[in-house]
Amino acid sequence: MNAICCIARVPDTATRIKVSGEGKSVDPESVQYVINPYDEFALEAAIQFKERHGGELVVIHVGSGDFSKDLRQCLAKGADRAIQLKPSAPVGPHGISALIAEKVESLLPATVFCGKQAVDGDVGATGIMLAGLLDVPAVSKVSSIEFSDDGATCTREIEGGTETIETTFPCVFTLEKGANEPRRAGLKEIMAAKKKPLDIEDVAAPASKLEVLSLELPPPRPEGRIVGEGKDCVPDLVQLLREEAKVL
Amino acid sequence: MSGICVILEQRGGEAKRASIEALAEALRNKDALGGSVTAVLIGSGMTAAAEQMKSSGADKVVVYDRGDLAHYSAEGYRACAAQAIQAAHATTVFVAATVQGRDLAPGIAGSACLDAGYAAECTNIEVVDGRILATRPVYAGKAIVKVSCNSDVFVLSLRPNVFSASLPGGDGVIESADPPFPEGELGAHVTSIADSAGGSKDVAEADVVVSGGRGVGGPEGFATIEALAAALNGAVGASRAVVDLGWRPHAEQVGQTGKVVSPTLYVACGISGAIQHLAGMRTSKVIVAINKDAEAPIFKVADYGIVGDLFDVVPALTKAVGELAD
Repeated sequence: MNAICCIARVPDTATRIKVSGEGKSVDPESVQYVINPYDEFALEAAIQFKERHGGELVVIHVGSGDFSKDLRQCLAKGADRAIQLKPSAPVGPHGISALIAEKVESLLPATVFCGKQAVDGDVGATGIMLAGLLDVPAVSKVSSIEFSDDGATCTREIEGGTETIETTFPCVFTLEKGANEPRRAGLKEIMAAKKKPLDIEDVAAPASKLEVLSLELPPPRPEGRIVGEGKDCVPDLVQLLREEAKVL
Repeated sequence: MSGICVILEQRGGEAKRASIEALAEALRNKDALGGSVTAVLIGSGMTAAAEQMKSSGADKVVVYDRGDLAHYSAEGYRACAAQAIQAAHATTVFVAATVQGRDLAPGIAGSACLDAGYAAECTNIEVVDGRILATRPVYAGKAIVKVSCNSDVFVLSLRPNVFSASLPGGDGVIESADPPFPEGELGAHVTSIADSAGGSKDVAEADVVVSGGRGVGGPEGFATIEALAAALNGAVGASRAVVDLGWRPHAEQVGQTGKVVSPTLYVACGISGAIQHLAGMRTSKVIVAINKDAEAPIFKVADYGIVGDLFDVVPALTKAVGELAD
């Protein structure tokens, strides 16, 4: 069975966010973009799936930025080919999942791997919506995954516990951090990846379902104070926490 | 066509608090949005939960009660919810942004029959001219967006512990409904739920969080952090650095790529305050930082700071807190 891994391009988590002039988006100036951290775990799971089940592994990215270097890295790690769809306007999870569903039709049936959410919008909907469009089950926020011949057993952390979920293939998985140990590509694989296909295609953006009215930075926290140095000021701290902050 | 549907989450036959908050928020906005409020319960053995919701103030409680719905299944619950939303002619759907809600809500929004807009993890809801404006954090809270919906139906998941859970009360109608699929045909389903080992608290839900960073020096050093967390009846948190080093499990990570927390008291020990960590804890009510480096960025967001070796300061603080309790 084929495997598809969806890769998002996001600002590095060390980025300090600045609001652009029109007040509705992030100023892209000086932002360093990386592969979405959760997608690294999705790619590793997809590679392990391919190693066990064979088939083709295709990574797909929807976005208009320059991402070839990162997609080549996915190819070096074990993907067979990469596709970048460049939409004519920015798209959210609805648009991304619709574009991916249309593009991968010839690869079906396929099992799909995504990160649990992209760390820019923090929505966590693309994989789940894609499952709906492909009419297959979705297992989200997977923190461990064990493949069998025709399905998988996964765990997911919930409030105060862990769920065990069983699913059959094909299926969409969205991966949590720590679900596996993403591999590094060796020099030989990096060289070989240069010859693997990477297709970049312009596509019409589906209409957006949400309209962003404003994007703001959160209000700054009021200035705090240094109580003192070393353990001798612990009594002062305790007193402040009790009498001023009233949290003890 | 108008009206609000609230898809409630239950565990062991009792509606979860986060769901009650979502229902209460729906009832608060009922007049501004127009139409009625329908609460939807999906599960097995729902009689007590249905009775509880009957007097919540909701106009109607729709109950899907069948054996194969006992545990959560994305497909099964989504199909029931979508059917209930259509039957109620609802244009607004509220779901609690719990783990289950964050799985269910986008599935509902993506259902072909609804084709709805979706806003995740909302922290504020306003209604202006009968239209919802939803506020939600992005970049783990480094920024905040306000969005409106261009579709006929708007699905929103609401962040737990943000909205009031106070229900107006009333007398609604209970209606039982049949799931729109034959019993037992669910592709992915939960087979078991194990409670957290040792009764340790979830860092995202705890009222007090004591977090350790690279300054703790190694996995053994966390005994000091655990002792203070125990004295404060709180949970242990960790920075990304120590999770990536394998000193602590990912479930404890606070920040972007970990959990966003807003406890009453957050104590950061040996954490320098990388920007992705600050994003995850800056909405805490009171922040205390203990760090050797007086220039560490964590002191910029802390209400109270102590410059010093955490292995001197933290045990002294643990002892002082213990003495308060006595």
